[in-house]
Amino acid sequence: MLAFLTRRLFGMALVLAIMSFVVFMLIGLMPGDPIDIMIASNPDLTPADGERLKRLHGLDLPLWERYANWLGRVLNGDLGFSRTYNRPVLEILLPRLGNTLILLGLSSIVAILIAIPLGVIAATRPQSTLDGAINLFCFAGISVPPFWLALVFILLFAVTLGWLPAGGMGGPDAGLFVRVEFLILPVATLTIASLAGYTRFARAAMIEVLRQDYIRTARAKGLGSGRTVFGHGLRNAMLPLTTIIALDFGTLFSGALITETMFGYLGMGKLIYDSILGNDFNLALVGLLLATLVVLIGNFLADMAYAVLDPRISFKSLEAA
Amino acid sequence: MSIATNSATTGAAEPHMFWRRFRRNRPAMASAAVLVLIALAALLAPAFEAMLGVDATRVDLFNQYAPPDATHWLGTDEAGRDVFVRLLYGGRISLLVGLVAALGAATIGTAIGLLAGYYGGRLDTLLMRTTDGVIALPLLPLLIVLAAVDLEKLGVPGAVANSELASLYRIVFIIALVGWTTVARLVRAGTLSIRAREFVRSAEAMGARPSVIMLRHILPNVVSPIIVATTLSIGVVILLESVLSFLGLGIQPPIPSWGNMLTNAQELATRAPALAVGPGAVIFVTVMAFNFLGDGLQDALDPRATRR
Repeated sequence: MLAFLTRRLFGMALVLAIMSFVVFMLIGLMPGDPIDIMIASNPDLTPADGERLKRLHGLDLPLWERYANWLGRVLNGDLGFSRTYNRPVLEILLPRLGNTLILLGLSSIVAILIAIPLGVIAATRPQSTLDGAINLFCFAGISVPPFWLALVFILLFAVTLGWLPAGGMGGPDAGLFVRVEFLILPVATLTIASLAGYTRFARAAMIEVLRQDYIRTARAKGLGSGRTVFGHGLRNAMLPLTTIIALDFGTLFSGALITETMFGYLGMGKLIYDSILGNDFNLALVGLLLATLVVLIGNFLADMAYAVLDPRISFKSLEAA
Repeated sequence: MSIATNSATTGAAEPHMFWRRFRRNRPAMASAAVLVLIALAALLAPAFEAMLGVDATRVDLFNQYAPPDATHWLGTDEAGRDVFVRLLYGGRISLLVGLVAALGAATIGTAIGLLAGYYGGRLDTLLMRTTDGVIALPLLPLLIVLAAVDLEKLGVPGAVANSELASLYRIVFIIALVGWTTVARLVRAGTLSIRAREFVRSAEAMGARPSVIMLRHILPNVVSPIIVATTLSIGVVILLESVLSFLGLGIQPPIPSWGNMLTNAQELATRAPALAVGPGAVIFVTVMAFNFLGDGLQDALDPRATRR
């Protein structure tokens, strides 16, 4: 158990380190140096001032040396400031992370609650009309451009029908009801994006399980169809499903970026997008790393859940894998 | 998005058997027809332009938001340009990006999968851990960073970096760079099982070089899953391109793409909601057709696998 945890933590740290290096280098290749931007927006600064400022902030050093300095500061707990907000990056990121987790959590739960029954229904009646309809729905779900779906929702429910707000979050003092109102369309968009994939996996996993001998045994000894399917079938199908859903966390985060941008939802995804476009490099860098960390933790929890759910898998076997 | 392929070990089925099975799959046949139609229409864009007497690039501020009529089949956009012809030209770009980037990604994935599966050991561990790492990353934010990189700082000559087509090359490159993981896994799985077969052993015994074994003996036997995964990934690539272009980081105007035609659609939601319909619907239909086609190919190429 301990060896497994150490290995995984080490692996996560390694991915984060590589990611930080790659993104740091990429950001160094982006147009516009922070000081150049400062000079462009402040006519009192001469080019000589610019040079001095660059030296002051260590921006005259080669890129790898700047990375080493940045890493040193981060390891000492200093994640730096945001250029546009003039505040420590964590102070900006953490509330946004909370918002994103609400969005991700809600849509995952809704998607799973719909996907499992749909998958079970389709799997117990393979090749039927109902299975075909569910299949068609799944294909539509994985094929629809998520930003366009959001656009259609806005056009339909906000512009034409006027039932729901087109975007935003309802302001800081909004009551629970208003907040929920603002959440419905983003959650629906993100749910549909992941629902289709989950349903197909649920169906595939169920079909696989329902072919097993123990299902035939359960049927043969006269167990009711419902108890066979749910008690014996679904319980076993849940295992692969858990992993797939958790491994899909990265995709889900990408979906959250689109959804948040479309609905003006103040989450991490939108923040990362805005900070890249706004040349707020440190915020973008730390935001991306935080997003990666969240996804890695999601994957890690999936492995843990797998071991907990399946008594056949021990942490020993995970260590060997 | 991962693609479910059960057995990665079977080679391409015999052609006439394949065709007989594929023909029976009605959604796949219909999708193939739809895709041929869309591709033909996109290829014939200049002909439509001449026939209708419109110019896809001409801005006409006296004719903004025109409703559909005999000349402008789908009306005009916020700059008075013909939406229908722009959709056709956009289709050229979106389909081209989808095909080329998917093929590029498949090539990278095949190379990595073959190397990992054939050599095994440390190289396998390294390559597959890298694959797992890439799969786990939040790809869209990373793609946004890649799309925002200044090519001139990377040493690309300014003439190339600032040319109209730079955004096209860039998007193909960065999508291929991150999109190879599914193919790599499938090819590795296939290679692992083929590697142990007698004909590979005998080729080894006769002293064939590893590159010959991988390309001549193993690759032809893992080609079915590659075809299926590549077909499915064309759809994924078209979606990615549209998202990036929509966000202003993909194909840059004035070149139209299905994604960047929607860039202004959100601000215009109240003014001209119809403008959002066309490009989105075409992306939707095209991606869906590629998905059905990939599904049909899988059933026809690999009948023993369970239908998923």
